Amino acid sequence: MDPLPLPLPPLLAGYRPLAGVADELLSPDGGVRPVWEGLLNHLSVTAPEDWTQRFARGDQYLRDQGVYLRHYGESGPAEREWPLSHVPVLIEESDWGDITRGLIQRANLLEQVMADLYGPGRLVSDGHLPPALVAGNPEWLRPMVGITPRGGHHLHFVAFEIGRGPDGRWWVLGDRTQAPSGAGFALENRVATSRVFSDFYPGAHVHRLAGFFRSFRNALMDLRAEPDSRVAILTPGPLTDTYFEHAYIARYLGFLLVQGEDLTVQTGRLMIRTVAGLTPVSVLWRRLDSGWADPLELDPASRLGTPGMVSALRNQTATMVNALGSGVLETRAFLAFLPRIARALLGQDLILPNVATWWCGQPTERDHVAANSDRMFISPALSTRPPYEDWQDHRPTGPLPDWLDQHGADYVGQERVTLSTTPAFVDGRLRPRPMSLRVFLLRTSQGWEVMPGGFARIGRGGDAGAIAMQKGGAAADVWVVSPRPVETATLLATGGDVARRGLSVLPARAADNLFWLGRYVERTEGILRLLRARNARLAESGSAAGPLLAGMDPLLTVLGVDPNEGIPQGLIQTLGAAIASAGAVRDRFSPDGWSALADLDKTMRRMSQRVTVGDDAARAIGKLLRKLTGFSGLVHENMYRFLGWRFLKLGQHHERAMGMTAILATLADPDAPEGALDLAVEVGDSVMTHRRRFALVTARDTVVELMALDEMNPRAVRFQLDGIRDQLSHLPGASGRGATIALSRAVAALHGQLDRTSPEALDSAALWAFRAELATVSELVTEGYLR
Amino acid sequence: MLYDIKLVIHYDYATPAGGGRHLLRLLPAHLPGRQTVRSAALTITPAPAERNNFTDFFGNAVTELSLPPGHDKVEFIARAVVDRHSQVLPLDDVALADLPAVLAEERSIARDMPHHFLPPSSRIPPDAAITAFARAAVAGQDRLMAMTEALGRALHTTLTFDPTATTVDTPPSEAFANRTGVCQDFAQIMIAGLRGMGVPAGYVSGYLRTLPPPGQPRLEGADAMHAWVRVWAGPRAGWIDYDPTNACFAGEDHVTVAHGRDYGDVAPVAGVLRIAGGQSSSQAVDMVAI
Repeated sequence: MDPLPLPLPPLLAGYRPLAGVADELLSPDGGVRPVWEGLLNHLSVTAPEDWTQRFARGDQYLRDQGVYLRHYGESGPAEREWPLSHVPVLIEESDWGDITRGLIQRANLLEQVMADLYGPGRLVSDGHLPPALVAGNPEWLRPMVGITPRGGHHLHFVAFEIGRGPDGRWWVLGDRTQAPSGAGFALENRVATSRVFSDFYPGAHVHRLAGFFRSFRNALMDLRAEPDSRVAILTPGPLTDTYFEHAYIARYLGFLLVQGEDLTVQTGRLMIRTVAGLTPVSVLWRRLDSGWADPLELDPASRLGTPGMVSALRNQTATMVNALGSGVLETRAFLAFLPRIARALLGQDLILPNVATWWCGQPTERDHVAANSDRMFISPALSTRPPYEDWQDHRPTGPLPDWLDQHGADYVGQERVTLSTTPAFVDGRLRPRPMSLRVFLLRTSQGWEVMPGGFARIGRGGDAGAIAMQKGGAAADVWVVSPRPVETATLLATGGDVARRGLSVLPARAADNLFWLGRYVERTEGILRLLRARNARLAESGSAAGPLLAGMDPLLTVLGVDPNEGIPQGLIQTLGAAIASAGAVRDRFSPDGWSALADLDKTMRRMSQRVTVGDDAARAIGKLLRKLTGFSGLVHENMYRFLGWRFLKLGQHHERAMGMTAILATLADPDAPEGALDLAVEVGDSVMTHRRRFALVTARDTVVELMALDEMNPRAVRFQLDGIRDQLSHLPGASGRGATIALSRAVAALHGQLDRTSPEALDSAALWAFRAELATVSELVTEGYLR
Repeated sequence: MLYDIKLVIHYDYATPAGGGRHLLRLLPAHLPGRQTVRSAALTITPAPAERNNFTDFFGNAVTELSLPPGHDKVEFIARAVVDRHSQVLPLDDVALADLPAVLAEERSIARDMPHHFLPPSSRIPPDAAITAFARAAVAGQDRLMAMTEALGRALHTTLTFDPTATTVDTPPSEAFANRTGVCQDFAQIMIAGLRGMGVPAGYVSGYLRTLPPPGQPRLEGADAMHAWVRVWAGPRAGWIDYDPTNACFAGEDHVTVAHGRDYGDVAPVAGVLRIAGGQSSSQAVDMVAI
């Protein structure tokens, strides 16, 4: 590569790192570091206007994938766009090698510390750690003391927050050992950034991430003791701010995503409640903080855990990634002792130093902090919050030495961190912004493997305190650049087998959500059809339509929909229920399906602001119906026929049968107002069919024949029953559950009724009675499969 | 003194319960030099689907069990014959002022170490009002056991024993503000006070002799399992048990089942059960000298 001609390109005009701060792009003498030359050249030959377009491409990808950031503002939690800083952080391969060696050493050290704290406790008895920092530490979980993890290792997946100091050396800012997040986001940042730089990235010798994830998947599979047992990812659920990542990575790796309530402990083993009964799980990648994992032996207030989890681990029937209690290693005050512990346990100095830290529970250290407090942060000793979330001072307003004498044991002093800066696009120009990196390590049978890349946090302003994304910071991709071409294998090459095995098991909770997703989507469609017909009548006939509308309105009001609103709130709520169900199974749901629902919701809400009843509403609702049909098409055409799909279809068939029975019982009643039969056929989307099969004029018998008994009409009750029977025949027998037998009997009985009846005999009373029996099918599905 | 102890705990559910997991800490502990268990048995109805024993962090024996679904009553019966030895109180040789230095010498996190019992625990958070009360109550005393006794007496005088005033989940601050409670509240308030002054203190559950020797009054708290306090009185004196409900050091009338930082560590019955309707429970204890 040719050296960059001086002077610097216009892109870098005004790019001036602060004095006394290291910069990733420029070396101290002001020259561009060689690793950046290629990217800078590429940037320089492209017009600034084009950049806007390219960045939009990356942002669009993230939106399509449904990547968002949940943040907590004054008005409660909200989701906003993923804040991608489009320029990656570039690190030279040789530089990365130093980081790798340092972090592997640190991971090995932390494993030993963990084994000691939950084992013999020698670090305390040998004087390397003060007892108060362990015994008073809420993350040190006494029930885990004495439990040796199956396989012998406590830590399998860890992350470190690192930053570069003014002298150019890397520092460890914090250890993330509890349930480190960000690996999935690193992957998404990579895909988005590689789209932005689509004509540069492929030849840029950037180390790929897929190999790391392949190793990760294999490592988790290898932790299983029995070949038939499963690996699952344990999430606290959709309300967690990183739930998107849990669902994403579950999909990417092909592992089951489970919540605490999906699991139970039987005869000492951890089992998943599935629609086919209990199935063993022996490896859990935990994205849940330890304390919540078991309400019986850990935090009794937890509603996210599994009673008996600790017992299963005590029996060594499962491997937890990482072992429960690993959060203790994140304790901030430990940073004060780890350098000495490294010498004691490894006989080595730390290759990468950590932030200089002094625990104020010791007199000498306390005095040091008091004397040098102007260049320190003072913060809680037992805090496990990541450093970038907590760069603020906790010192009192009064005299520090007195206060430290009294409360010293609860606090640490830490040297103020000056982070290096890296270029970010701000207002069309590159500007230096502070950054820190999160780097991920995975234990394989050959030792620790480091993800060649990571997750960079980029500050909004010059202040290191503003790199937290909650406070307006951004995320960026990290490119480890090799002087030689790199391996470019993807995960998919070997992925199919695992993915299939993972998805063939359906947790009962997931099935429940899919069943209700089917019901709510179908209910939304039913409401839309009723509303469209109603508003069209209103537009055509005005007040003359009064009696007919009064006759159909109960069909809407019973569903909580006020027909006098243009886009009724009750409709928005019904779709909201569908979205909530979908949100709970995002790992089993295509991003396209999710986008379709989210788009429908957005449109509906926007319309509700201005759409008025009558013609306006009829046309708006027509649009919504077409959008919803798009979703149903995606489900029908694109969703693989896994068990989950069957529950979704069951829900749809059931809801449609319920809706149609009510429509017929109401609108095909002999006492129904003039025009009701036409309305029924229209709402049932069967106008053409009725004309073709019967006549232009509707009569009660022909309408009931077509909408209730016709097995060829996909809107007919009979068609739904056939669908239910067909789906049930593909479900596992769930042996020993009486409800599944009762369920097939109930469906058979309903079939029998339709077989024996005639349009004349199927009067409104008979329809209502039929519907009441139909309702029990939903309960039996729940009883038989969804508990 | 040799005792025959029988405990019966009974639960009734309005509708049949789903499966459930429980941890039981009901049988007297074997404590060399202090109490010897001659025999002990735990009967559970309905028969558990699974049953195991393990020892928890603090050394307490725990029975872990899971009950089959579909039961509407559960009964735990604990029976034991225990020999409770008499003990002489050790020398009260550590002053509060020296305690931080003494504690710093105790470099260990083994189960009986005082470090576990000094920080706040989940059911006993620091409480300024209780600490202030404790400081006033121990005024003039500088040794740990003397302080313990002074605080215990003051609490006994100030608090009213009232089985209807609190529940198992009442926080010590609330019981103290109302000046009422049962043995659990007395113990947790006293622990809060001791910890507030920097003295390591823990929670003990156990049994109390139900029938007093002739001519002596019946002790409070004998109708159900009892609770009292452990104080760390220094490396030589070790752990000393004090019963604030009866304002006395625990003696031959007290038989220990389990100890920990607070009630949460020693709950006689801890469990997670799927139930839909209401439930009622009863507990009866007989502890008779033989």
